[in-house]
Amino acid sequence: MIEVKNLTKRYGDLKAVDDISFSVDSGEVLGFLGPNGAGKSTTMNIITGYISSTSGTVTVDGSEILEEPKKTKAKIGYLPEIPPLYPDMTVRKYLEFMFDLKKVKLPKKEHVDEVMRLVGLSDMGGRIIKNLSKGYRQRVGFAQALIGNPPVLILDEPTVGLDPKQIIEFRKLIRSLGKKHTVIFSSHVLSEVSATCDRVIVISNGKIVADGKTDELSQSLSGKKKLLLTVASESSAVVDELKKIPGVTKVEKVRSFAGGLIKYSVSYSKDEDIRKDVFSAMVRLDAPIMEMQSGDETLEDMFLKLTQDSDRGGNA
Amino acid sequence: MGAILKRELGAYFSSATAYVVMAVYFFFSGLFFNFYCISANSSSLSYVYGNMFYIILFLIPIITMKTFAEEKKQKSDQALLTAPTSLTEIVLGKFLGAFCLYAICCCIFLVYAVVISFFASPEWSVILCTFIGILLLGGSLIAINVFISVMTESMVVAAVIGMGVGLVISMTNYLISLIQVDWIKNILNKINFLSYYENFTYGILSIVDVVFFLSVTALFLFFTVRVLEKRRWS
Repeated sequence: MIEVKNLTKRYGDLKAVDDISFSVDSGEVLGFLGPNGAGKSTTMNIITGYISSTSGTVTVDGSEILEEPKKTKAKIGYLPEIPPLYPDMTVRKYLEFMFDLKKVKLPKKEHVDEVMRLVGLSDMGGRIIKNLSKGYRQRVGFAQALIGNPPVLILDEPTVGLDPKQIIEFRKLIRSLGKKHTVIFSSHVLSEVSATCDRVIVISNGKIVADGKTDELSQSLSGKKKLLLTVASESSAVVDELKKIPGVTKVEKVRSFAGGLIKYSVSYSKDEDIRKDVFSAMVRLDAPIMEMQSGDETLEDMFLKLTQDSDRGGNA
Repeated sequence: MGAILKRELGAYFSSATAYVVMAVYFFFSGLFFNFYCISANSSSLSYVYGNMFYIILFLIPIITMKTFAEEKKQKSDQALLTAPTSLTEIVLGKFLGAFCLYAICCCIFLVYAVVISFFASPEWSVILCTFIGILLLGGSLIAINVFISVMTESMVVAAVIGMGVGLVISMTNYLISLIQVDWIKNILNKINFLSYYENFTYGILSIVDVVFFLSVTALFLFFTVRVLEKRRWS
């Protein structure tokens, strides 16, 4: 559906986007992840035709943005980082304007009504945009992107400025839209991406540092698993005993709590399951396990690791 | 284009802009009408039209200052530039929006003509010719000011520069009399807005004057499109 090839954008000497290639299938929800200033917005601005690339191509559903701009733009609904609103229009007037601007050929009133219902703006039609709260403005921006039912939706940090309840609603909405539309959305909040997307692309310093299914990504990167263990025993034998268990590569004391509780972090190779062995070892030592927790590397860890790595690479 | 034109007009009339501009325009034209026609017992609107030249120079930057400067600042241009419309359509929509407001202001002259017709028979051909002239003049000035607006992000800067340019245009005659170098004099003579416009107010409809204003309009609208295009590539 979307095909991005060798995209590069230079601002003078600075490469904001550096040779990015990826493709998105129809009906896929793709998360675009990266720290601030990584090149997410630039990439999205290029895909939607707001700015042009220095080199490389973007193809949406078979048509290229530079060669057939009108045809391509008609297929994309775009919510930029700052919603492109006219503060002195009412919500309905504004959406009707976007409807006309996009030259949509659907029954106007019904379509605008439906979009407003979808994003929860049904009662807000007569309100003037400048009087709306940030969350509602964001919704109007989102509604604007949905006008004309474009097959591709590009959302740049759509949940910024929303309260937690609205964020959950938004995620649900994006998920449900993903059934009919191809969605790319960017975020620097990881939990959001993992909750919403099928696939994640991590960019840092204008380069793609990881691309894969959300759940696969965190496992494949770590190569190791971790177990967090809290034991009610101060005996040093615990560490020795843990190290004897087959598969265990490293045991670290994380911290000790009041009442003689000690928390360990146990690393082990990923094809083993050591939990039963740990249990019986602790029983032998008469060291009751108070808490056992899987300490798999989260998307968060992975993200930090990836972006830090590429920072180091960039500075070298 | 239609959508943008509609929105521009809506924005003018839902804010104070349209009413302030119209009030100022009507006030000064009324003043001149009273002075040159009613008090002077004349049925000729030429002086009224002629003096409106200076008022128009300062009013048009107020009409156009918002067009692109404000869009860029509020980032609402992202919606326009990512919509399936061409840059030419966007620029024309904005231009026509401002032009319609200006044309509505100019219609006051038809009222004056009707008032005159109660007392004397106005020269309708002259009035019509001058009306065409004032519209053409306005069109070219609007195009220049739209171009100024697209160059900046602040509408105040756009208005001030626009008025500065207006001041220079209004002083062209004075500048010509000051400058001794022949070729500069010649150039200034050729771009003297007032001399082209004056012909209309005398009732002379000459193809040279029409072409002058139309080409200034087209040139600056073209520049505006190029600036938008260039911004995308930089």
